[in-house]
Amino acid sequence: MTEKFDAIVVGAGQAGNAAAYTMAKAGLKVLQIERGEYPGSKNVQGAILYADALEKIIPDFRDDAPLERHLIEQRVWILDDESYVGTTYRSNDFNKPPYNRYTIIRAQFDKWYSKKVQEAGALVICETTVTDLHMDGERVVGVKTDRTGGSVYADVVILADGVNSLLARKAGFHEELKPKDVALAVKEIHFLPESTIESRFNVSGNAGVVIEMAGKITQGMIGTGFLYTNKESLTIGVGCLLSDFKKQGIAPYALLEQMKAHPAIKPLIEGGEMKEYTAHLIPEGGYHAMPPLCGEGWMIAGDAGMFVNGVHREGSNLAMTTGQLAAETVIELKNENKPCTAKHLARYRAKLDASFVMKDLKKYKRLPEIFEKNHQFFTTYPELMNRAAHAMIAVDGVDKKSKERAIRRSFLNARSWKGLMGDAFKLWRAFE
Amino acid sequence: MHIVVCIKQVPDSAQIRVHPVTNTIMRQGVPAIVNPYDLVALEEALRLKDRYQAHVTVLTMGPPQAETALRKALSFGADEAILLTDRAFAGADTLATSYALASAIRQIQKDMPVDLVFAGKQTIDGDTAQVGPGIAVRLGLQMLTYVCKIEALDLEQREITVQRRAEGGVQVLKTRLPALITVLEGINEMRFATMPDMFRAARHPLKVWDKDAAGIEDATRIGLKGSPTVVSKVFAPTPRTQKAEIVQTQSDQPRDQAATLLAKLFTKFPQLRAEIGRRAS
Ligand SMILES: Cc1cc2nc3c(=O)[nH]c(=O)nc-3n(C[C@H](O)[C@H](O)[C@H](O)COP(=O)(O)OP(=O)(O)OC[C@H]3O[C@@H](n4cnc5c(N)ncnc54)[C@H](O)[C@@H]3O)c2cc1C
Repeated sequence: MTEKFDAIVVGAGQAGNAAAYTMAKAGLKVLQIERGEYPGSKNVQGAILYADALEKIIPDFRDDAPLERHLIEQRVWILDDESYVGTTYRSNDFNKPPYNRYTIIRAQFDKWYSKKVQEAGALVICETTVTDLHMDGERVVGVKTDRTGGSVYADVVILADGVNSLLARKAGFHEELKPKDVALAVKEIHFLPESTIESRFNVSGNAGVVIEMAGKITQGMIGTGFLYTNKESLTIGVGCLLSDFKKQGIAPYALLEQMKAHPAIKPLIEGGEMKEYTAHLIPEGGYHAMPPLCGEGWMIAGDAGMFVNGVHREGSNLAMTTGQLAAETVIELKNENKPCTAKHLARYRAKLDASFVMKDLKKYKRLPEIFEKNHQFFTTYPELMNRAAHAMIAVDGVDKKSKERAIRRSFLNARSWKGLMGDAFKLWRAFE
Repeated sequence: MHIVVCIKQVPDSAQIRVHPVTNTIMRQGVPAIVNPYDLVALEEALRLKDRYQAHVTVLTMGPPQAETALRKALSFGADEAILLTDRAFAGADTLATSYALASAIRQIQKDMPVDLVFAGKQTIDGDTAQVGPGIAVRLGLQMLTYVCKIEALDLEQREITVQRRAEGGVQVLKTRLPALITVLEGINEMRFATMPDMFRAARHPLKVWDKDAAGIEDATRIGLKGSPTVVSKVFAPTPRTQKAEIVQTQSDQPRDQAATLLAKLFTKFPQLRAEIGRRAS
C-alpha cells in the first residue's frame, strides 16, 4: 500500500480523538487506527469530563455529546472503618450553564467523539492493531498493523495508545512502566432509577455529585476511591499503586467489595444492579516519570506520556489538551512547509510547558515520592482524624479540654512532634 | 452474477441481561454487532464472488447506526451497500420487514438482475427464521433454507445444487435461479479484511434509502402499522432448581446401562415402579 498521510494517530481515546479531530478540521489528511471494535469499546467506564479542555476543541460539544449529569457538588471523605470525616462543596453557580464538569459513560462518549472525527474528514479504521512503527533509520515514517497489506506511511505519527504505550516502548523511546508509577483502578457501574439517585444524593434535573475518598478503604496502600452519579447509574471504584497491590497481595476486586460494604457507602449503592466491572491502569508517576515526548517523526499524547494529574483525578482533559497541542504543532509545521523532524517537533514540548498541563504536573512533581515513602498519610492520619472527630462530637460527660488533650496525645503517640512537623512540611512542599 | 445478502445489526445477546426485579431487558451499553448467522451467509456469498466474479450487494434495514454493520460487510469484500432507514420502518415485525426488504430488492433488480439472495438462518435477537422465507415468497424465488453446503452452481443452466440439513440427515437439492438461500452456522469462517479493504470500506459511499427510494408501494404494510405481531409480555423463565446427574456404569452394553439407570430411577422415585405397574395392568 503506497498511500501516504499527513499524520497517523494511533488510538481513539481522548488524546487520539482530540489530535485526529484538530488536524482533520484543519484540512490535513489524517488516518486514525484503533484496535477496539469501535472507539470506546475498550473503555466502558463512567468518568468525569472537564468541559474546558473539550470546549477548546469542539466549542459546541454540549449540543449533541452524550453527557450524563453536570456536577454541582464535590464531597471529600477521609474514611476510617466505621466512619468518615469530610468536606462538601456545593454551589448553585455550578448549576448554571455552561456547566464546568460532567459525568459521562466513556463507551457512548467515545463513539460520539469518533463520529465528530470522521465528520471532520479523518479516516478512522477500527479493529486494527498497530504492531510496530516503520522506521527509516532514526526516523518514524509510518506504522505496521496486524492486517494483510497493513503498512501505512505518514509524515508524523502521534502515539495516543494509552497507558501501556507498547509501541513507544518497543521502539525504545522509553523504558518499561514501573509498578510504582501506575495505579490499578477497578470500577463498577450500578444501575438505579433516576429518582432514587436524585433523592439519595439530594439533586434534581441533570445535576450530580462526586465523592472522592481516601483512608482505610485502601488498606494502607496509596490510592483513592470515588463515586459519581450518572443519569441512571452510579460509578464506584478504587485505585491504588500497582506496587502496593503487589506488596500487600490484596486483590483489587476484594478491595472494592470491602469499600462497598463500608457503612457510609453501602446505603448509597443499595439496590443497584451491577452492570460492568472493569479494571484499568492509570499512569500516576507524575512529572519525574515522564518519557521523552517527541522525536524524529513522532509525538506522544495522553496517558502514553504519563499526562495524568493524580491528585485532582484529571486525565482525560490532559489527554485532550496534549492531543490538541500535538495536532497544532503538526498544523503549524505544515503551514510553514517544515518537516516533522525532532528539531521542529520540539515546539510541542514548548507548547506543553506553556500550558496548564506541565505547570500542574511540575507543581505536584514531589508528591508521588512523598506518598510512596510516607504511607502514614493513608493509614495513621485518617484513623486519628476520625477518632478526633468522634471524640469531639460524642457527648459522654468528659469535658472538652480533656478531650482535646487526649486527641493531642493520640497524634503525638502515633507520630511524635518531629514526625508531625515533618509530615506537615512534606505536605506543604508537595502542594506548594 | 449478482448476489444480495440481507444482514441485520443486533444487540450482542451474550451481553444482554434481564432485570431480576422488573423483568425488562437491559439494553444499555450492550454493543451492536452484525447478526453472526448473517456473517456466515455473507462469507458464503463472498466465496461465490471469488469463484464466479459475482457482484455482492449487502442490504440492511435499521436505524442510521446500522451503517457500521454495512461498513463491516464492505470491509470483508462486498461491492455495494444499501441502508434502508426511515422512521416509517420502525417497529417492524418479520412480516413488515420481509415486505420492506423484498421491495428494496425489486429496486435493486432494476439496476442489475439478482440471481441469489442470501440470509442468515435466523437472528439472535428474534430467533424467528421468518424473514428470509418471507422475502423468497414475495419475490417468487426458489427457497433453500438451512443450507450447509453449496455443492455446485451452473451459470449456463442457471441451476444451483446445495446440501440442506434436515431432521435425520442431509438432503441434496437442486433448483433454478433466482433463489433465496438461508445458511446454517459453522459452515465457514469469516475472512479477515486486509488494510486496503478497510480503507475502501471506510470511504465507500453508502446508498441510504428511505421508504420511497425503497419503492414501498403500500405504506400500511411497513413498520409498526404493517406488523400484526404484538409482544404482550417479556419474562425471564424461572431458573430450574433440578440438577442433571451423570450415571456411571461398569458395562458398556446398552442392556446393562438401561438396567443401571432403571435401578437408580426406582430407588430415587419409589412410587414410580408401582405407578408403571398400575398403568400397565
Ligand atoms: C478507573 C479510571 C477512572 C478515571 N477517571 C477519570 C476521570 O474521572 N476524569 C478524568 O479526566 N480522567 C479519568 N481517568 C483517566 C482517563 O481515563 C485517561 O487519562 C484518558 O482516558 C487517557 O486518554 P488516552 O487517549 O491517552 O488513552 P485511552 O483513553 O486509554 O485510549 C487509548 C486508545 O488506544 C488504543 N490502542 C492502544 N494500543 C493500540 C495499538 N497498538 N493499536 C491501535 N490502537 C491502540 C486503545 O484501544 C484505546 O482506545 C480515569 C482512568 C481510570 C482507569
